[in-house]
Amino acid sequence: MFPARAHREYPHRYRLEAGQCKKCGKVVFPRRLICPVCGHREFGKVILPDTGKLVSYSVIRVAPSQFTDEAPYAIGIAELTNGVKLMAQVADCDVDNIKVGMDIRIEFRRIQTDGHHGVLSYGYKFVPKWY
Amino acid sequence: MRDVAVVGVGLHKWGELWDKSLRDVFVEPALAAIDNAGVDHIDSMVVGCMSGGLFAGQEHLGSLLADYLGQAGIPASRVESACASGGLAFRTAFMEVASGMSDIVLAGGVEKMTDVSGDGATYALATAADQEYEVFNGATFPGLYALMAVAHMHKYGTTRDMLTAVAVKNHNNGSMNPYAQYPFKTTKQEVEESVMVASPLRIMDCSPITDGGAAVILTTVDIAKKLKKPIIKVIGSGHATDSIALHSREDMTTLRATTLAAERAFKMAGKTIKDIEFAEVHDCFTIAEIVVTESLGIFPAGKGGEAALRGETGLDGKFPINTSGGLKSKGHPVGATGIGQIIELVKQLSGVAENGRQLKKTPKIGLAQNMGGSGGSTLVHILEVI
Repeated sequence: MFPARAHREYPHRYRLEAGQCKKCGKVVFPRRLICPVCGHREFGKVILPDTGKLVSYSVIRVAPSQFTDEAPYAIGIAELTNGVKLMAQVADCDVDNIKVGMDIRIEFRRIQTDGHHGVLSYGYKFVPKWY
Repeated sequence: MRDVAVVGVGLHKWGELWDKSLRDVFVEPALAAIDNAGVDHIDSMVVGCMSGGLFAGQEHLGSLLADYLGQAGIPASRVESACASGGLAFRTAFMEVASGMSDIVLAGGVEKMTDVSGDGATYALATAADQEYEVFNGATFPGLYALMAVAHMHKYGTTRDMLTAVAVKNHNNGSMNPYAQYPFKTTKQEVEESVMVASPLRIMDCSPITDGGAAVILTTVDIAKKLKKPIIKVIGSGHATDSIALHSREDMTTLRATTLAAERAFKMAGKTIKDIEFAEVHDCFTIAEIVVTESLGIFPAGKGGEAALRGETGLDGKFPINTSGGLKSKGHPVGATGIGQIIELVKQLSGVAENGRQLKKTPKIGLAQNMGGSGGSTLVHILEVI
């Protein structure tokens, strides 16, 4: 992955920075230049909450090349306590016991090893809240 | 707008076509469509292809394919909307004829998917999802539809049996389609014991990797009459978009772009879903067919699975879906799929669908729904015999 491409996502992936519309309050993650709800163009910076509930999940058994060593692994969509939804892997759990509605917490994790030089990419994963 | 009709169709067998290149896979059905229409020239052509670049290292397809079709010099373009590229090519050609810009236009689709490894194909297909916020985190296409399936099961009680019913029905229909990649029947047991890809979806819930092309000829109804062709008129065309990231949508148990595209097509046609007799829909995964039939309004939200299980979408059912075998059995060469659906509509409306899959009462009006990615784009077309 080209360094600039990874670098420009760091505010989202490392710090969970989101934009909040200054007019209607809509929180967008990742950031956008125009609010999808009201069309306003000014945003403030907010940090996403790090807890929420899983609204869906799947256990990936046939993985793309950069994740083949990790299969089977789970992915899920969580709705955070402020209503924002995002997709991430569900880690540190028995993949056969994941359930819709499960409480999760967001943690900073290594996501993938990229390219011939093995450049590490970091981001967020969900872990069960009791972990 | 001028009235537009489909006057010719061309299809060659889909599958793993090791002896054929991207250009062959397109030119064979395109020539067949020109011959079938009986036209002495085409004014222009539009080709849908999702990723000539990643699958075959080839872009600039409008010019390349026009040249190999013996048409160098005509205006030719390639359009892309992921797996809905074929539907978009059809709409673009339709608008070109309807507007009066051109009289006879070829709408084609092509994808050559087996010149890369399985990993390579997975990578290329995943470019239709959100690279930075889905694919980066390990999502695959079966995985995204699996997320829809789990959410649908949780909200409506949709079951494994219902997904299985879609696969069994589509393979039954496809077993009668001589152009299908996998023209065999399957059983509940085979589907439910097939390898897990992304839970709850098994390999027999998934459409395959396919090489294939398809083409149709569009012209005005006036010219169609002179060609002494049965008039199969394009009465509705709808196109809509949605967030390509599944998690950005309000509700992932429905496909908003499909509902919007259908509303637009119905409005143009002056029809409602009650006027439609059968449909070809985008069953890239079994759950997709269930959600699409709900989003089109054929069945109420949450009832698509039960309807499939009761046989209502079979050849003898009250609303036949995917008489061709669908993407599941016929194959899914992504850029060609939308044109393949139109060809099945034309065959059923003309009463010439092969090997006993022709609907008993030859229908007068049918609908095709073709979508890109996990539903981030959708094309809906309505065709009627007049």
